[in-house]
Amino acid sequence: MHIPFLSIIIAIPLIAGLAILLLPKEQKQAVKLVALAASGLTFFLSVWVYFSYNITKAGYQFVEKVAWVPGFGISYYVGVDGFSVPLVLLAGVVLLCGVLVSWGIEDRPREFYAFLMFLGTSVFGVFASLDLFELFFFFELAVFPKYLMIAVWGSPKTREYGAMKLTLYLFIGSVVALVGALAMFFSSGKLTFDMLVLEQTGFPLAFQHLWFPVVFLGFAVLGGLFPFHNWAPDGHVAAPTAVSMLLAGVEMKVGAFAALRVAIMLLPEGAKYWAPWILGLATVNVVYGAAIAMVQTDIKYVIGFSSVSHMGLVMIGFASLNRDGLMGAGMQMFSHGIMTALFFSVVGMVYDRAHTREINALGGLFKKIPWAAIGFIIAGLVSMGMPGFSGFVAEFPIFMGVWRVQPWVAIIAVLGVIITAAYIFRLITRVFFGDIPPELDASVSDITIKDKVVVGLLATLMVALGLFPTLMVPMLQSGVDHIMRLLGGA
Amino acid sequence: MAVGNPFSTTIWAIFPEICLLFLGILVLVLDIELKEERQRSLGWVTAIGLVITGVLAVVFSRPGAQPGLVFGGMLRFDWLAFYFRLIFLFGAAITALFAMDVDGLGQRGEFYVLLLASTLGMTLMAGAADLIMLYLAIETTSIPLYVLSGFLARERKSTEAGLKYILFGAMTSAVMLYGFSLIYGFTGTTQIYALANLFQLGKLSPVILVVLVMLMLVGFGFKIAAVPFHFWAPDVYEGSPTPVVGFLSTASKAAGFAVIMRVLLIAFQSTMPVWGLILAVMATGSMIVGNTLALANQKDIKRLLAYSSIAQAGYILIGLSTYSPLGFAAAAYYLAAYLVTNLAAFGVVAVVGKAAGSNEIKDYAGLSRRAPGLSLVFVVALLSLAGIPPFGGFVAKVLVFSSAIMNPNMIWLAVVGILNSIVGLYYYLVILKVIYLNRSEQEDQPVALTPAWVLALAVCVVGIIALGTVIAPLFNASVKVVLGIQ
Repeated sequence: MHIPFLSIIIAIPLIAGLAILLLPKEQKQAVKLVALAASGLTFFLSVWVYFSYNITKAGYQFVEKVAWVPGFGISYYVGVDGFSVPLVLLAGVVLLCGVLVSWGIEDRPREFYAFLMFLGTSVFGVFASLDLFELFFFFELAVFPKYLMIAVWGSPKTREYGAMKLTLYLFIGSVVALVGALAMFFSSGKLTFDMLVLEQTGFPLAFQHLWFPVVFLGFAVLGGLFPFHNWAPDGHVAAPTAVSMLLAGVEMKVGAFAALRVAIMLLPEGAKYWAPWILGLATVNVVYGAAIAMVQTDIKYVIGFSSVSHMGLVMIGFASLNRDGLMGAGMQMFSHGIMTALFFSVVGMVYDRAHTREINALGGLFKKIPWAAIGFIIAGLVSMGMPGFSGFVAEFPIFMGVWRVQPWVAIIAVLGVIITAAYIFRLITRVFFGDIPPELDASVSDITIKDKVVVGLLATLMVALGLFPTLMVPMLQSGVDHIMRLLGGA
Repeated sequence: MAVGNPFSTTIWAIFPEICLLFLGILVLVLDIELKEERQRSLGWVTAIGLVITGVLAVVFSRPGAQPGLVFGGMLRFDWLAFYFRLIFLFGAAITALFAMDVDGLGQRGEFYVLLLASTLGMTLMAGAADLIMLYLAIETTSIPLYVLSGFLARERKSTEAGLKYILFGAMTSAVMLYGFSLIYGFTGTTQIYALANLFQLGKLSPVILVVLVMLMLVGFGFKIAAVPFHFWAPDVYEGSPTPVVGFLSTASKAAGFAVIMRVLLIAFQSTMPVWGLILAVMATGSMIVGNTLALANQKDIKRLLAYSSIAQAGYILIGLSTYSPLGFAAAAYYLAAYLVTNLAAFGVVAVVGKAAGSNEIKDYAGLSRRAPGLSLVFVVALLSLAGIPPFGGFVAKVLVFSSAIMNPNMIWLAVVGILNSIVGLYYYLVILKVIYLNRSEQEDQPVALTPAWVLALAVCVVGIIALGTVIAPLFNASVKVVLGIQ
């Protein structure tokens, strides 16, 4: 029997969110249990999809297609290939972890968990969409959960500003991209939003050169590309822990993925034409993001800017437009998603206990919260691209790929990696080692079991991928084959 | 049913209007019979009667494959009239439910009679195929609405609203009537479908045609509250009883658009690019003025929604200004989505207004703690206005922008629309912030909801979500509407 796995994955959070809203508001425990059950189930199903994806067959699998608005060429069309399967898994992992780390929420948990679930539906939907209209539908579905969750449950000082800035940036990006998408729809003459049809259209060169930057940059806003990255640090810092994890861990990948899926894959000639410019911007991302992270005094801002820096590597991988670069970018999306989710979760645990995120006010926490500290150190090593961790498996091919196109980019971007090592070591030594301030000595207690599960799960994934890259690399390569065919380099 | 001898077709064409008339008479009689404290239940009578009328209209008054003129060319029996008739009936039914529990409004039988009279006028507006019929229909719609907006005679603001509305309405209607008389003078006919041929023969100079279009747009622009005929909207919206505003801003606006569609597309088809440009300018003005002033007026929720509804008229005009079938279909879709959305928004405003005793935005602080369900309804409505999925407003905006992007000369208009929708999102989010983030002292007092309100809000929310997810049926219907006009 054909079970519509992807639709189930997309629908479960949605249904759970609606069910949560229907619960009476006193039932706080029930709300959390429903959310946990739903995210646990989607996690399990995303693992299932990951391991039952047939790499030798490659191409789009788990495909479902139902006419939606036939009169306007819209269909509900989902399917995953080697490039998007890891992202579905990523979303499954981070959503589950987000539910677990938010267990302590006391203010209106019903609304919080419902919105978190809606955000989950949105990201699964984008990763699985093969219809352009449907992709936008899911893409913009995330607008209001993001805004309200940051504005209501975020950190009091900056939440209003951070939430509004993030929402408007991302909305502007997405509607700009929408104009480009509609232009493709009409220009193709096929009156369909089916991306598999559109990618075979072969748009005229002038059209591709004109519209590629519009669509790519529109989505790249969410991917954090310089100079549109400004929302990211402020948004991540203002957001509550679970939302920071999802935003930096998954949502930024949604932006990058959409930029790849729509802009690069549908307008490949445009991509070739504009690739040097993107490489330039992305290089700024890597170096500038790392340099700014270096001078932050708030741990969460350090992580926020490190995300900007790491997403730059994803963009470099994309813009290298060759097999290694794209494979590395796919790996980096997964690896960075897991890593930054771990970073933000540990930062949240530290803040909940120490009530400060100022690096200078912290110290010696290794003794108090060893699990969290080990997790943070592993994430740090991943972030530096240390061999044996997933970051190396991701960054090495990216540098190889870009070296072949533009060696100078590789040389400059390596600077970013060096600065990354510096700020990560600075964070680890200042926060987890050294002397513990006396007031923290008394107040900080160890993290809960649920927190340990989160840290353990995320850390294990990164080590496993570092030691056994074959768990993911062949799958990504099968996805990259498809992209390379569109780019004409198969 | 609608087939057979011509007599029956003619009667079936206006069967819903006959039902409306009888419903009005029924309510009027019951109004005399019922004691004052029981007149509230006339709301149920009206709403149920309207629903029955709607069902009967769907079953018996569906236009056939060949739309045609009836009653000596006074009315046209087609999908445009059918589609908009259902919009008006729906809007009136929801409005009756909202009004029932508003003090000084729903407890008086004449409210429902006026509402029904106005609805009757609107259904005739959508069907009118003759300028005389059109003018009568517009006045039948407007005069009850003037009374309704000044209905709370003891409140200074309400009477002021009624007076402003009637003054503006009378003036614009006079200008429009002047246009009608010029048309008759130039051509000797008042039949819209006959005008098309006469205008096309090239006997009239294009300049005169453009002047005629402009004179008519004064009257129509007033109905849809588009710039530069929008000045009445903020004051009237602020002062009128809230359920009436909901009706004004949705059904009445839709009626105006229905007329614009028919008159411009049929009578003035020879000057399409010209009126397209005029509408594009009006669209740009409406979006910019509406959104900018909404941004600047963050005190009274009804004023804010008034400016937002001016902006919404601008988005709808984008579709019309492209003079393409897709654009017109997009406008029709937009109006249906906007109907359920704005009715829900004003419904929430009515409920909160009764609980808080005012319509100031600061009174919405802490609403999510007082009434979580009601707050979610407002979230749905505002996000649909902003054009966020999975709500009807998203699909409507995508369709409208598509129609502009399809025509390479109109892409600029889509860009203007998109920039404006970003501004729109900002001020809608600010309201959501007040509801969810700000605190107030009355947080522990729940907001009272009556069954009628719950039902009306639930229907609207279901409608908003259905139009944002199950898109195809209404999209197909709105395409039919456009194809059936000619």
